[in-house]
Amino acid sequence: MLKQIEGSRAVAEAVALCRPEVICAYPISPQTHIVEALGEMTRTGELPGCEFINVESEFAAMSVAIGASAAGARAYTATASQGLLFMAEAVFNASGLGLPIVMTIANRAIGAPINIWNDHSDSMSMRDCGWIQLFAETNQEALDLHIQAFRLAEEISLPVMVCMDGFILTHAVERVDMPTLEQVVAFLPPYEPRQVLDPAEPVSIGAMVGPEAFMEVRYLAHAKQLQALGLIPEFAAEFKAIFGRDSGGLVRPYRCGDADTIVVAMGSVLGTIEDVVDEMRGEGIRIGALGIKSFRPFPLAEVRTALQQAKRVVVLEKSLAVGIGGILSMDVRMALSHVSLNCYTAIAGLGGRPITKTSLHRLFADAHADRLGRLTFLDLDGKAVDRVLERERQTRRSGPIAENILRDLGIVGARL
Amino acid sequence: MFQVRIHGRGGQGVVSAAELLAVAAFREGRHAQAFPSFGSERTGAPVVAFCRIDDREIRLREPVARPDALIIQDSTLLHQVDLFSGVPPAAYILINSTRSFDELGLGEFVMGLDPRRLCTVSATDLAMKHVGRAVPNVPLLAGFAAISGLLHLESVIAAIREKFPARIAESNILAAAEAYDAVMKKLAGELHA
Repeated sequence: MLKQIEGSRAVAEAVALCRPEVICAYPISPQTHIVEALGEMTRTGELPGCEFINVESEFAAMSVAIGASAAGARAYTATASQGLLFMAEAVFNASGLGLPIVMTIANRAIGAPINIWNDHSDSMSMRDCGWIQLFAETNQEALDLHIQAFRLAEEISLPVMVCMDGFILTHAVERVDMPTLEQVVAFLPPYEPRQVLDPAEPVSIGAMVGPEAFMEVRYLAHAKQLQALGLIPEFAAEFKAIFGRDSGGLVRPYRCGDADTIVVAMGSVLGTIEDVVDEMRGEGIRIGALGIKSFRPFPLAEVRTALQQAKRVVVLEKSLAVGIGGILSMDVRMALSHVSLNCYTAIAGLGGRPITKTSLHRLFADAHADRLGRLTFLDLDGKAVDRVLERERQTRRSGPIAENILRDLGIVGARL
Repeated sequence: MFQVRIHGRGGQGVVSAAELLAVAAFREGRHAQAFPSFGSERTGAPVVAFCRIDDREIRLREPVARPDALIIQDSTLLHQVDLFSGVPPAAYILINSTRSFDELGLGEFVMGLDPRRLCTVSATDLAMKHVGRAVPNVPLLAGFAAISGLLHLESVIAAIREKFPARIAESNILAAAEAYDAVMKKLAGELHA
């Protein structure tokens, strides 16, 4: 059924269609609307057979999800930014124990400086935690990915994060096709745990493992993620057969066939990039885009296949590995081992900085002409940066950087 | 693609206005994308929301820098915020005010613009009269439907019914209808002038 609703609402309805049995969450922007809606659905009986547990922190949220999942319940939670950091230890435990929890990350920057807006720093901080990480381009894909996430998580007994851009998607009201319960039931069988705390057949979960077997347990976590590389496209195909649309998968090439320049990105910015690609194609420039849908596991072979014929690649990413540059770029470069092409990294949209078509046109034109630096910060205010550096050269007690920049730019409190 | 930018203050229903506009357009079978600018979430602070309407899927995610229509829910922002940034000469401009563009000190600014695309609506008064709260968003949307002809009033009314509980919806619909008529009358006056 077609609906014009907020992204958060769409995800909440999709999660409800997956019939979770335990939802535990702690509010944090921009994730809050999702669990608010689920809390209400639980209360009104719209989501039967589900217990909504209010917890005192994100750490408790993930701990409760772990307990619920180990007891055989389909468990869901959502968080963002510092919330994800606060639950970090439990996040690693969930994947280490192999518990198929699904969690929405409403992607948001990490402080300091405190910032509620979108970038991918939070998910990236957990990129090696052992969870599967899927990235949504639109609200339609966000809701579809949640349905696929439960199927995938429960099939291989690993937790899955569905990452969607905070505010840009979570707070956008757009058209979505909401599936029926019958469709979801046909795609997602009842949860059949591979391990469960059952008094009738007692087991313990969470053994201490010493040097004699730790490597093997960790290797098996890796092997399971590699299995997911096969299952993700398989489930996406099955999803298409039931729901009638392409959603998810490992990668999505857009006009890459004959492209000399290919832009690689994740999340909602792909829409803007595709618009720019169309406009540049209209000018006769052979450019394409490659959307990474599954960041963990990272589809090295598919990325290589999509990119290896190009002359250059621009990895546009909403995160920064301070001290080296790109994060997604490193994985893309790994996929391109022994392939000779120019690879550029562009850091963009940190802390909610809008990524505009105008700036992308300039960036891609520079890349296409091979006049781009290896590492670019899109729309960086170089003068503001220089002023701070100069002040630090001149004055020993130069003061806090964030406050100084705001003062230099004349920003007091909120800006439009 | 048609792009709308709505300015107001926290508590005036700016974000809801963009959402209602998107729902109304959706009801007419069009694609629409509404999103707020997520500034500080405080009552009274300047807030901006956007809505795009198109006949095909909207992929673009940047804020609206060059709006085809500008809706100003609070005229006190005129002296605080660069409301007209990127507004092209052909844009529709709708301001919540009992005063005219001249009286608002905008006479010079609008000189040369198409007067049939400029309108002020006493939306707060209409909201107080019908809804009992200073929420000018719905009357302004109805005014927008009237001045732009982009949407039918019926679609705006259907969106209001979808968004609000029955009692609040009905009072908002009365405010919307009166605003729509007021703008249509002003436009008719403009045609005869």
